[in-house]
Amino acid sequence: MTKADIRTAFIEELTAIAPDIDPATLGEDDHLQDDLELDSMDVLNLVTALHRRLNVDIPETDYPQIATLALALSYLAARVK
Amino acid sequence: MGIFAMPSLGADMEAGTLVEWLVKPGDEVHRGDVVAVVETQKGAIEIECFQDGKVQELQADLGATLPVGAPLALILGPGETAPEPKKPKAPAVAAKPEAAPNEVVADKPKAAPGPAVAATLPRSATAASPAARLRARELGIDLATVTGSGPAGAVLLTDLEAPKSAATRGQTAAPMAEMRRAIAAAMVRSKQTIPHFYLSETIDVQLAHEWVDARNADRLPSDRLLLGALFVRATALAAAKVASVNGRYVDGAFCPSDRVNAGIAVALRGGGLVAPALIDAGAMSVDETMAGMRDLVLRARAGRLRSSELTDGSITISSLGETGAEAMAGVIFPPQVALVGLGAPKLRPWVVNGAVVPRTVVTLTLSVDHRVSDGRQAARFIAEFQSRIASPETL
Repeated sequence: MTKADIRTAFIEELTAIAPDIDPATLGEDDHLQDDLELDSMDVLNLVTALHRRLNVDIPETDYPQIATLALALSYLAARVK
Repeated sequence: MGIFAMPSLGADMEAGTLVEWLVKPGDEVHRGDVVAVVETQKGAIEIECFQDGKVQELQADLGATLPVGAPLALILGPGETAPEPKKPKAPAVAAKPEAAPNEVVADKPKAAPGPAVAATLPRSATAASPAARLRARELGIDLATVTGSGPAGAVLLTDLEAPKSAATRGQTAAPMAEMRRAIAAAMVRSKQTIPHFYLSETIDVQLAHEWVDARNADRLPSDRLLLGALFVRATALAAAKVASVNGRYVDGAFCPSDRVNAGIAVALRGGGLVAPALIDAGAMSVDETMAGMRDLVLRARAGRLRSSELTDGSITISSLGETGAEAMAGVIFPPQVALVGLGAPKLRPWVVNGAVVPRTVVTLTLSVDHRVSDGRQAARFIAEFQSRIASPETL
């Protein structure tokens, strides 16, 4: 899986949870909670969806490492097989 | 025999638009079955049947906007036969419906069995967000022909591939404005008719916090808990003990609820709020409570709540989430008589066993209807909540 595939997967799952987020204007460093206003239930649903789709189980202690698109891509790229 | 009528899904609702029939004449229906989808200010709501029987006739057309109480269908109970000549179809936004709204309310069972927590969408129905539903109607698109990308395949606004323009913004603002009006009506009514009083307590939730963390450490994401589920559980147990905060105030009298149907305030993205009820939350485990909350949030966002979830709440929980202000004195959701407002958890210096230590604390503010109870009962509720949340393993 390429980094572009991971990016697509992440954005698709994010916009499924928050349909009002426009992928075109999503910033690399937008913070999921502070900027994009995801609540704890949204973050959990995102992590659940990423686990299902990419088979990467993100423990709660690692949530800060997926807090932005840029952070999440490097975190996931290192773990997707 | 019964006339299945447009239900009232809140004090502020005057009319609804029939957007989907999930039954046809001849179908067997059971109490609690979803028979139609009605578009309201709160989005598309699945309307449940209140009796067992057979659908004799559909009496309202798709797309018709009908007042509360207007007949939608004729349902015959076992052994009943059709009445004399058929009535004409209900006119759209016509004068008073034949069946008096009061009669309809009286028909309603006090405690219909709640839907299963993991309720799935009927196959024939097309799940869609309220905004997508409205847009599809404006554009003349049949939702069934659209591939949804939302939760459970729900059609979202973006799936309709509308051009992004200033006009687009104007249109998406419309359902939001409707919802804002619905919230305004309910909140004004609450503040004008319910004499609120408030009791607050800052509660040490360190143990609950640690318990959730430990439990989640070796669980897959789909099985993880949120601290919020423990709050709902503690509320359900406390409300079961203090009857005067759990129920509805109807026609000048308080009707306690024999079950705790915990309303969960869900903020919708883009603004607005709905508070669907987790039916019989008192009988759930923590894991069932969490699964039920996930399901409610998903369906609230996708625009697929059930009518009973909007009408049968007995107490509401409104939480500010993990970040934000530390306390909130909320407005009671009528006709309920209490609301639990929870601020964001904060790390604070706290005295434990004579020493000052950092602890995670949450401020609970109980808003209470003074017509129904006094400070003593409210204090009992808070004490009960506090002792429950201090022993998370018992929740």
